[in-house]
Amino acid sequence: MVAIDPHARAAVPVPDDVEPGDAVRPGHPVQVKRYTVGARINHWITAISLVLLALSGMALFTPKLFFLTGLFGGGQWTRAIHPWIGVVLFVSFAILFIRFWRANLPAREDVDWVAHSADLLAGREEKMPEVGKYNAGQKGVFWAMSGLIIVLIGSGIVMWDQYFYDLTTIPQKRWAILVHAVAAVCIICVWIIHVYAAIWVKGTIGAMTRGEVTGGWAWRHHRKWLRELVRKPDPGARGPAE
Amino acid sequence: MTNSWTDIKNTDLVVIMGGNAAEAHPCGFKWVTEAKANRGAKLIVVDPRFTRSAAVADFYAPIRPGSDIAFLMGVINWCMQNDKVQWDYTKAFTNAAYLVKEGFAYQDGLFTGYDEAKRDYNKDTWEYEIGPDGYAVVDETLQNPRCVWNLLKQHVATYTPEMVERICGTPKDKFLKVCEMIGECSSPTKTMTSMYALGWTQHSKGAQNIRGMAMLQLILGNIGVRGGGMNALRGHSNIQGLTDLGLMSNLIPGYLNIPTEKEADLATYMSTRAFKPLRPNQMSYWQNYRKFFVSFMKSMYGSAATAQNDWGYNYLPKLDVASYDVLRAFELMKQGKMNLYFCQGFNPLQAFPNKAKLAEALGKLKLLVIMDPLQTETARFWEDHGIYNKADPASIKTEVIQLPTTCFAEDEGSLVNSGRWLQWHWPGGSPPGEARTDVAIMSGIHLRLKDLYRKEGGAFPDPILNLNWAYKNPEEPSPEELAKEMNGSVLTDVFDPNDATKKVLEAGKQVSGFGQLRDDGSTACGCWIFSGCFTEAGNMMARRDNSDPDNTGAFLKWSFAWPANRRILYNRASCDLDGKPWDPSRKLIEWDGAKWSGYDVPDIAPTAKPRDVGPFIMNPEGVSRLFVRKMMRDGPFPVHYEPFESPVANVIAPKIVGNPVARVFQDDWKSFAATASPDFPYAATTYRLTEHFHYWTKNNHVNAVLQPQQFVELSEELARDKGIEKGGWVRVWSTRGEILAKAVVTKRIKPMNIDGKIVHVVGIPIHWGFVGAARKGFTANVLSPFVGDANIETPEFKAFLVNVEASTGPVA
Amino acid sequence: MFPPIPNPSLAPEAAKPTFGEKDILRRSASEVTPPAQRLTEVAKLIDVSKCIGCKACQAACLEWNNLTEEIGFNHGVYDNPMDLTPNTFTLMRFTEWENPETENLEWLIRKDGCMHCEDPGCLKACPSPGAIVQYSNGIVDFQHENCIGCGYCIKGCPFNIPRISKVDHTAYKCTLCSDRVAVGQGPACQKACPTQAIVFGTKDEMKGWAEGRIKDLKSRGYENAGLYDPPGVGGTHVMYVLQHADQPSLYAGLPDNPRISPIVETWKGVTKYVGLAVMGFAAAAGFLHYVVAGPNKVAPEDEENAEKLVDGTGAPPPAPPAGQPEGRV
Repeated sequence: MVAIDPHARAAVPVPDDVEPGDAVRPGHPVQVKRYTVGARINHWITAISLVLLALSGMALFTPKLFFLTGLFGGGQWTRAIHPWIGVVLFVSFAILFIRFWRANLPAREDVDWVAHSADLLAGREEKMPEVGKYNAGQKGVFWAMSGLIIVLIGSGIVMWDQYFYDLTTIPQKRWAILVHAVAAVCIICVWIIHVYAAIWVKGTIGAMTRGEVTGGWAWRHHRKWLRELVRKPDPGARGPAE
Repeated sequence: MTNSWTDIKNTDLVVIMGGNAAEAHPCGFKWVTEAKANRGAKLIVVDPRFTRSAAVADFYAPIRPGSDIAFLMGVINWCMQNDKVQWDYTKAFTNAAYLVKEGFAYQDGLFTGYDEAKRDYNKDTWEYEIGPDGYAVVDETLQNPRCVWNLLKQHVATYTPEMVERICGTPKDKFLKVCEMIGECSSPTKTMTSMYALGWTQHSKGAQNIRGMAMLQLILGNIGVRGGGMNALRGHSNIQGLTDLGLMSNLIPGYLNIPTEKEADLATYMSTRAFKPLRPNQMSYWQNYRKFFVSFMKSMYGSAATAQNDWGYNYLPKLDVASYDVLRAFELMKQGKMNLYFCQGFNPLQAFPNKAKLAEALGKLKLLVIMDPLQTETARFWEDHGIYNKADPASIKTEVIQLPTTCFAEDEGSLVNSGRWLQWHWPGGSPPGEARTDVAIMSGIHLRLKDLYRKEGGAFPDPILNLNWAYKNPEEPSPEELAKEMNGSVLTDVFDPNDATKKVLEAGKQVSGFGQLRDDGSTACGCWIFSGCFTEAGNMMARRDNSDPDNTGAFLKWSFAWPANRRILYNRASCDLDGKPWDPSRKLIEWDGAKWSGYDVPDIAPTAKPRDVGPFIMNPEGVSRLFVRKMMRDGPFPVHYEPFESPVANVIAPKIVGNPVARVFQDDWKSFAATASPDFPYAATTYRLTEHFHYWTKNNHVNAVLQPQQFVELSEELARDKGIEKGGWVRVWSTRGEILAKAVVTKRIKPMNIDGKIVHVVGIPIHWGFVGAARKGFTANVLSPFVGDANIETPEFKAFLVNVEASTGPVA
Repeated sequence: MFPPIPNPSLAPEAAKPTFGEKDILRRSASEVTPPAQRLTEVAKLIDVSKCIGCKACQAACLEWNNLTEEIGFNHGVYDNPMDLTPNTFTLMRFTEWENPETENLEWLIRKDGCMHCEDPGCLKACPSPGAIVQYSNGIVDFQHENCIGCGYCIKGCPFNIPRISKVDHTAYKCTLCSDRVAVGQGPACQKACPTQAIVFGTKDEMKGWAEGRIKDLKSRGYENAGLYDPPGVGGTHVMYVLQHADQPSLYAGLPDNPRISPIVETWKGVTKYVGLAVMGFAAAAGFLHYVVAGPNKVAPEDEENAEKLVDGTGAPPPAPPAGQPEGRV
């Protein structure tokens, strides 16, 4: 795997949205390394945690779904395990956040992208601006997840009576429960969007399974990122924005 | 109690003073709530602390510990000044009209005849004027200045509301409010009941506290009536029974006296017990003393008690001192003069004052025997428990033997409640381990002693060898056998003196009551006042018929009340001179022209004509006594004396310290703090909490949960002065020792203004110790002084001096 | 005296519970058909003005329910323990209050414990089917085998009553001695109360009894004496007679106007429905979009363009605005 463009090698700093391990491998088709093994494991731990949390949380959220506690060994286990999964999610996502936050910083083209989001949904992708590693939608998912997880872990601790009962008042706990529930609904919706996007945009799932996408996928959805990779400088260097 | 628990529901006014009924007697207190709920009765609480009783009271007035007599004399004074006297009752049923001997006087806190060196009175003048007819002289007009009424009036005149405020710290307006409420009960149709307990007895003038209220009740006409009376709330479930059976070292069962060493033979003993009536026609029931005494001796010694040997009179011990009360016993132990001590159901290391002295005394014993269902501090006095009980076991030579006994719920028998009801009970469980009944243990000891005397002889084996022990199982007489013995039985047939063929009493039968007892040896009776409890009709104590015709609260068919199943003592006094109830709505008994009858067993001969025979049949006067003659050591009228340790000098007699006739052992004087001592500025009082029963329930987990840890109570003001925090540790100390406890800082104790001086009260509950389930604590008696009441030696636990400071608590 | 409840008969049939499953009015996290015939509503009346704070009720509760509370510490007050616990279902709370009108000190002693609300917040909040039931006689009871220990009942309760055991992680509170009531007895606390400050009977009887007590209190100068049967929770099956019914909060913070918290109502109400709807909508929208718009596939020319770019052989240039320096917005 090598970066190709010898002209650009000297002075251009690494853009924010190029993450360690991102690389292009010429071939037919071109393969683009999008996620490292670590990032993928990290993602899937987070993902599984989130799914388990959603299932166990929903079980306690509405009696209609209480049967889901069966997945966790019953109500007592569900109640006991949910907050611990929350902790796993939080830690895992925190690492993920450290990995991805820079690439998810807003960029100029995000505005344009959002303005044209209806075109995207309508399949007129050619009208979309060229975007970096993440488009504004993905960034939205990232930041929404980040924010909601903070809210969920915060409110979750307030509700976690087994260890933290004495730290807050009952009215505070009531607010926490309500906030937790609302945040959970939101994060599940965000998750649905996230998952749907991965399903809808073919070729995406490979990024999180094999770690690679095709050059065409990158060209189609993250052309700017692809261009950056193609003229990628010394991987050790970092931009002045650091 | 003159009345009964159930009778309290009949009252119009409950005065709780010298006690804390809601706290210490919660079950009996239900009758107060009944009176309040159903009769609209009012409740007054007078106490140094705003107690749990005060929490449900209509009116609360504070009082400094140890100043009750001033308060009560103040109320009597107010009633006299404001015509709140039930005149008919007072004139006819008290000795108000009796003339007192010339020479009797009162001045500066002392009556005629005081001998400072002996700390005693020559009481010769404390007596009625006896007329040429041999009867006491009376002036029914109450005009004679020597009549009891006028002497009393003069005596209480000192105790004005202002004086009460100066001595007691009770604000004048509150005191007057109490007077007004009490004064209303001088009406023949309004009654007041007095409920008191250790708050009055545990003083160096405890008996006089009670007399003060008894006098007030008499002038209000509240003795002998429904909803009235002097109601002592007994602290243990059977302490009444124990008292009845001779708890006091100078008594034998039924309030008969142990002879003194001056009474060498029965004739001499009886000579002072003739109880000749002091007024014409009076019953003077103690004239039957000899019958009770001889029957008792027959019960004790059976056929060994004969007319020839004065019914075994010589078998009885003869007292060389007034009494061998517990204080004296420990003093003797300390002096090395008492070597063996039996502690039966008793934890003196906690229950008597000045723990340091008690522990020292116990350490000088050769043998200490503990009979108790529980582990007690006394049994473990020799064990080192750090700051809670410093001891050096190696230096203590006392041999301690613990004999585990059954508890009340594990054996059968009767318990006498405060209302004198003998209630039979059955075991609710089996005793654990090697526990045996007290009866079995004492029988075993007795039989082995008897055996030793039989084999080895001794100085005087007769009282032991001749003790009547005719039980089916001598090793453990049954409760029924003992109860029957108390009731009494006929030993030989008795025939009608007028008709020798007519058998009045048949040998072998139970007597039906003490009226059948005889002084010729034909009857035996273990305790004459219990007679009637187990008759030929069966065990009267086991009766459980709770019918109560017309809801009078008498419950005559429930158990048995001594004497003679009478529920209200002196109940003849519930009727006017003609035998009609003062209050027809509260009829108790009535004279129908020929006889007395009604809801209760009349406390008078059934055919005694109302105008002839007075209602107080035990007294030779036939009336009650406002002036108590020579019967109390510290005066015929109560006088306010300060506690031995007082924050102020006695306002009415500044030179007198404590009760001038109370016994103080020589060594103990120096253990008292000086009056108004700057080193010990605070008035301390000890008491009980409802969550605990004395020192027992700290052994029980649930009770320990409800009050886990020792605390003292003090006012917010004192806490502020001393930097003491709520829930923080405090150190409390007297001249005798110190304790560490948690601080309950409360609005329920307020600083008092005593004659211009601010006096703070420190409240010290007593329930903790160094054994049990609750958290270890100090025994509260570490602090209290070794002095008792002048008449009966009940220790002065309710008023002494301490100092207090914030502390960091015990070092673990 | 309120007529005492007779001791139970020793006959075996007397031990047969008089109510049970068939009398369940409400069941947590479940739909139930209410029984056609409602049992007579029962109630416990706690007359604070008669209470002497002896804690016999507390002891009886521990004994009857076979509970072992820890031996605690003194914290400068008479309350022991300091709060309700999984073992202390009922607790005497002592308040010293100086009445500003009379300047008298009043020692207000309230027996705290479950109020057995007609509209129980605990039951409403409970997510576990059948962990909390309400019998048609008004008793709200926890069924420990169904309890998951989430503590939602604590948040649902307007009176701060349930406590979660650290041992078995289930919620505990006063059962109103449903086991005793079922066999015709009153609660253990009532049985133990020496002054009849606690009485037990039908709710109507209790209201009638309270009236008499309130009249008595008014005659003693407590003008605001009254019954505490808060309408905000539909009334309760444990009621208080208060000397100052106008100020319930004097009594160790008894809520003046208790109701299920609006936050809890929102959470168990609109949030649940809206939340489910929103999540459902999101999923459905995705599905519909997929059906309508079809998958977003990478076209062969995309691959070609990528290859060209990598080869440096003339991929299309970036779209405008070009030439601007990279950077953040």
